[in-house]
Amino acid sequence: MKVEIRDGRVVDPKHGVDATQSLYVAAGRVVALGAPPEGWHPNRVIEARGLVVVPGLVDLAARLREPGFEYKATLESEMRAAVAGGVTSLACPPDTDPVLDEPGLVEMLKFRARTLNCAHVHPLGALTQGLRGEQVAELGELAEAGCIGFSHADAPLPDTLVLYRTLQYAATFGYTVWLRPQDAFLAKDGVAHDGEVATRLGLPAIPSCAETIALATIMRLIEETGARVHICRLSTREGVAIVRAAKKARLAVTCDVAVHHLHLCDVDIGYFDTNCRLIPPLRSVRDRDALRAGVADGTIDAICSDHAPVDDDAKQVPFGEAEPGATSIELLLPLALKYSQEEHQSLGAMISRITELPAQIMGIDAGHLAIGHTADIAIFDPAAYWRVERGALRSQGKNTPFLGLEVPGRVRYTLINGQVVHEA
Amino acid sequence: MNRPLNRNPQLDADGALHHLLTLEGLPREHVVRILDTAESFVGIAEREVKKVPLLRGKSIFNLFFENSTRTRTTFEIAAKRLSADVINLNIGASSTSKGETVLDTIDNLCAMQADMFVVRHSQSGAPHMIAQHLDAMAQTHVHVINAGDGRHQHPTQGLLDLFTIRHYKKDLTALRVAIVGDVLHSRVARSLIHGLTTLGVPEVRVVGPKTLIPAAAANMGVQIHHDMRQGVRDCDVVVMLRLQNERMRGALLPSAGEFFKNYGLTEEKLALAKSDAIVMHPGPMNRGVEIDSSVADGKHSVILPQVTFGIAVRMAVMSILAGGSA
Repeated sequence: MKVEIRDGRVVDPKHGVDATQSLYVAAGRVVALGAPPEGWHPNRVIEARGLVVVPGLVDLAARLREPGFEYKATLESEMRAAVAGGVTSLACPPDTDPVLDEPGLVEMLKFRARTLNCAHVHPLGALTQGLRGEQVAELGELAEAGCIGFSHADAPLPDTLVLYRTLQYAATFGYTVWLRPQDAFLAKDGVAHDGEVATRLGLPAIPSCAETIALATIMRLIEETGARVHICRLSTREGVAIVRAAKKARLAVTCDVAVHHLHLCDVDIGYFDTNCRLIPPLRSVRDRDALRAGVADGTIDAICSDHAPVDDDAKQVPFGEAEPGATSIELLLPLALKYSQEEHQSLGAMISRITELPAQIMGIDAGHLAIGHTADIAIFDPAAYWRVERGALRSQGKNTPFLGLEVPGRVRYTLINGQVVHEA
Repeated sequence: MNRPLNRNPQLDADGALHHLLTLEGLPREHVVRILDTAESFVGIAEREVKKVPLLRGKSIFNLFFENSTRTRTTFEIAAKRLSADVINLNIGASSTSKGETVLDTIDNLCAMQADMFVVRHSQSGAPHMIAQHLDAMAQTHVHVINAGDGRHQHPTQGLLDLFTIRHYKKDLTALRVAIVGDVLHSRVARSLIHGLTTLGVPEVRVVGPKTLIPAAAANMGVQIHHDMRQGVRDCDVVVMLRLQNERMRGALLPSAGEFFKNYGLTEEKLALAKSDAIVMHPGPMNRGVEIDSSVADGKHSVILPQVTFGIAVRMAVMSILAGGSA
């Protein structure tokens, strides 16, 4: 199959490419850029004039809900959603049921994903057995089965000795540990940021220090152990400052932010909108602005969707009882685009935070368009605005704080291994 | 980002009161109308026949997802004095966990032609959710009264507190009010604070240890005091909040005794307030924890009149909601 993507604006930040030209795909790989290879006879031509051609998106956090939570979403539904959003590689957290703490489960998940012939699925293994925070999981076995790193998802890990030992152990073999910084005690029972909104609405609160204290602990432990750590879902202004300082001190640390947190704050909870019940909680306007500045100056490496489909029943309950999470994999590109437009950032700078940089964090060869590289490509119309509505979402989860809003950026084509897997 | 906020959840398109969910953002004219209407109901209790036919034929469901005897009883009395049919449903948290969701319960009761729900729930925002659901299902003739939701609001309690204050202190724009105790967990405090500021009370204080004052209390327009003596000094009204037993465990407070020593209202502390100060409490009281018996039963106490006024205020709210805008 030979595909010619004709006259699009090709943006490949890793190779400093940003120009209107054609891209040529054959046998699943990128074969030429600009001028066609000799004797070129395409099977298909995609007219990409006015469209942007980028490496397929790489998402650091997408819950596919399998195994165990098929009533919320299935691999099929979420993989369809991923490619509809231009996502071609994704990391999935281990908080499934059973949790991904056994090589067999990881192999099964990878196998199931492969047969769907959609996005490349890269599981994160459980850092501790059962995510109970007590006994380190068989990291070596899990890595062999295909885990690209180890995570504790949103499960509490209050025992700092266990954290210390697991980081030491991971450092021994060079595994990356993905941690969401949250002190288990300070965050216990909380459902909203400890600010004006939680005060007014009478919602149990999570103070910012739940994040900063955990971050300070993690940074000290990185220094002690030499472990490579990826910080997941930063949410506070003070947290951004801690990561900025750690990077300045040349600590081996990377971090991401969920795309929701670049746009929303606690005020968006309004009259108890359960779609705004997220982990970490939406914080103040100042926190949101600090996160935006953190992405702009590179303190925050990557933007992820933090896709977490939830079924309607789990949201149609009082705010404090609502299950946290929102469907978002189809909104990653539009919301990142909206952010970069509002901040007057270059398209390339934004694209790198959803392609090249997350791929680097995952340790996979993806997120770029080198000649000879696997043709995982997203083609989108930056001028197409669309309304986020239940019917417009492929994901089985329909709950998002952005319902009813217009967002820019419609993915027109997604290619994986050179095959068109999505067209709209 | 400009998300479309829902319209005011308790007013209809014409600005009339449709549900009573919170005193936050409830326009002054509605508050005054409720208090004035309640005034006219106070006399009914003294008549031989304590009934008026305003809500005859209406079905009012008391939906208590959290146990309460006192509040439910006062709502029941209020509804019966308005000649409504009252159905009490005590739905403990356990029965909802058995399967039926809150909204399923509501749909079922709507099918039984309910006209009004009086809702108490342990979760903040539950009555909002029910009201939004009813509006979404086009059950626009059904009204919701919040009878206490989590830590959020207890608007009829706030209104009866305002009624009591207005009864004893004619000019609200010259008052100093102290609210003392567990503000963090108190829906009573959150309602009263908004009610007082709406009616133009110039100085509202909250008094308690840092563990029991919410993070952004100052943003609600109150002064924060941690010293009880300073907090009640020269006040016209002292509102004591109930301290739940479970708050005395853990790290919030060391003991009931130490709390009483610091924040319990004694005659000695009350002497620092104005000589004609009134003492209020939403009940049920913990004597010797937040209030000394001599104060609770003393001449400054208006705690029992609060209960009496509470029925008139709830009658007023019910009649305004279900009686239409007449």
